[in-house]
Amino acid sequence: METKVARVAITEKASEVVEQLKSKYGSLIFHQSGGCCDGSSPMIFQDGEMYLDNSDVLLGELCGVKYYMNRDQFEYWKHTHLTIDTTEGRGSSFSLEIPLGIRFIIHSRLLTEEENKILNQ
Amino acid sequence: MSYSKPKFKEKYGNFINGKFVEPVSGKYFDNHSPVDNSLIAKYPRSEEEDVNNAVDAANKAKDSWGKTPVAQRATLLNKVADIIEKNAEEFALIETCDNGKPIRETLNADIPLAVDHWRYFASVIRAEEGSVSELDSNTVSINIKEPIGVVAQIIPWNFPLLMLSWKLPPALAAGNCVVLKPAEQTPSSATLLMEKIADVFPPGVINIIHGFGPEAGKPLASHSKVNKVAFTGETTTGQLIMQYASKNLNPVTMELGGKSPNIFFSSVMATDDAFLDKAVEGAVLFAFNQGEVCTCPSRLLVQENIYDAFMSKVIARTKAAIQGDPYKIETMVGAQASKDQYEKILSYIDIGKKEGAKVLAGGGAAKVDVAFENGFYIQPTIFEGNNKMRVFQEEIFGPVVCATKFKDEKEAIEIANDTLYGLGAGVWSRDAHQLYQVPRAIKAGRVWVNCYHAYPAHAPFGGYKKSGFGRETHLMMLNHYRQNKNMLISYDKNKLGFF
Repeated sequence: METKVARVAITEKASEVVEQLKSKYGSLIFHQSGGCCDGSSPMIFQDGEMYLDNSDVLLGELCGVKYYMNRDQFEYWKHTHLTIDTTEGRGSSFSLEIPLGIRFIIHSRLLTEEENKILNQ
Repeated sequence: MSYSKPKFKEKYGNFINGKFVEPVSGKYFDNHSPVDNSLIAKYPRSEEEDVNNAVDAANKAKDSWGKTPVAQRATLLNKVADIIEKNAEEFALIETCDNGKPIRETLNADIPLAVDHWRYFASVIRAEEGSVSELDSNTVSINIKEPIGVVAQIIPWNFPLLMLSWKLPPALAAGNCVVLKPAEQTPSSATLLMEKIADVFPPGVINIIHGFGPEAGKPLASHSKVNKVAFTGETTTGQLIMQYASKNLNPVTMELGGKSPNIFFSSVMATDDAFLDKAVEGAVLFAFNQGEVCTCPSRLLVQENIYDAFMSKVIARTKAAIQGDPYKIETMVGAQASKDQYEKILSYIDIGKKEGAKVLAGGGAAKVDVAFENGFYIQPTIFEGNNKMRVFQEEIFGPVVCATKFKDEKEAIEIANDTLYGLGAGVWSRDAHQLYQVPRAIKAGRVWVNCYHAYPAHAPFGGYKKSGFGRETHLMMLNHYRQNKNMLISYDKNKLGFF
């Protein structure tokens, strides 16, 4: 479903969930969390819920939802491409999909040489 | 010896103001066992109103509880310890069922450690004293510790009763009332505990709220009538909780993630003795609790001149780990705590392979007995690669270790510190100088020296860098739950002379 080179993509299944959450909560953002129990997962919040500044990197936009990651973390992640998907499950974070009994999850692959040239050089 | 799934009621309530109550909305969620994905019970899907009720109950109780003599608070904490100890097997079984961890761990680690934390804080609160200084011959400064008031605590699912026992006793010993939210994946042991200790504390001193993060966790963490928030979890939620705390100007403590290095210097292999055996086990501790520990020794750093010999022992010991039925006492590796956790770990194993890390052991889902095939089992996995790979940098929270070699002390320290986190680390050596200098050079709050994964109540635990701040366990924890009242007294009869 990607037409141009991007760092992030989303599956059909996950985009349906995003649309469902948008109709309930309005404008949203994704933030990629770091480690620990419920971490290393994309979390989705109402736009404005989380304080963002230049320590956060904008990776792209999916279904009109901006996808951010902390800059320190990005340094270790920037050579990989992320696809947002969903899985059955729960988490203790404040991410808005949790009450639906699902979690967003990422699948990763290495950027191709060409993608890497465009995105990182 | 083997146990089986414990019995549960159909549904449970929140514990507010000394009683079990239904959620205001009447809504519940299903809690499943990761052992076989079978239903455990229904737990309240609490919302803001439930949180308000719990916070109100705590606020009502705080003045009289804060004035309770320390001897009495200590007696009640000891009573809880005795109750958990007397019912240790029941708690261990519930924990295994709810979390998926093997019964040998819950019986020998989770539950006895939980008991000890209650006893530890019952003891230290009585041994502690304030301070008095004579600033000059007429001026005396007295420092008295006062409780902070109402504390919100949000705990994770990896050691449900133990994390509760890290958080509740210091807050209670310091004279606070608490509203605690267990993780929704593991609500059972907190509920069982409240059933057993319902009458121990005055109503409102301990309140337990179940539910989801956005619906119950957020209203609790951002509540204006809460005076302090303690959180264990991951960085994004940590940042949000700090934002809410900034609105209320509340203090917070954060215990966040880790990517702990476990460093083995060549001298560990100088002789084939008990210590070498201990060191090999120390490397395999990445699989302890299925790797679901914030201090999981998930980066294995081995000096190059022993790398092959040492790794072959670690691989053999890892492959010998018994995995499967968590209710069997022989089982060493049980189930991951949830489906999404399981999927996340598999996804990391996948990117590890794509990045070119070599699989030395495991590398995928584990095949287990048909009775558990709906559960979430992953093979203890050893990767070999370099520290820039994502599997070396991100907390996987699964039984996955990433091994790499180093040339000398300098390189070991460089690799160890090349991470966003700084929670734990391990240093193994027979060289007395290394045993002091290397731990001092590692930027982490806890460095285990010639041991790993020990969590005595008497030693402070907490992170550097993005692993958070504040310390847990140890009496220094008490000050995270107190204010300092300074009384500055003049015994001088004469005026200042300004007016």
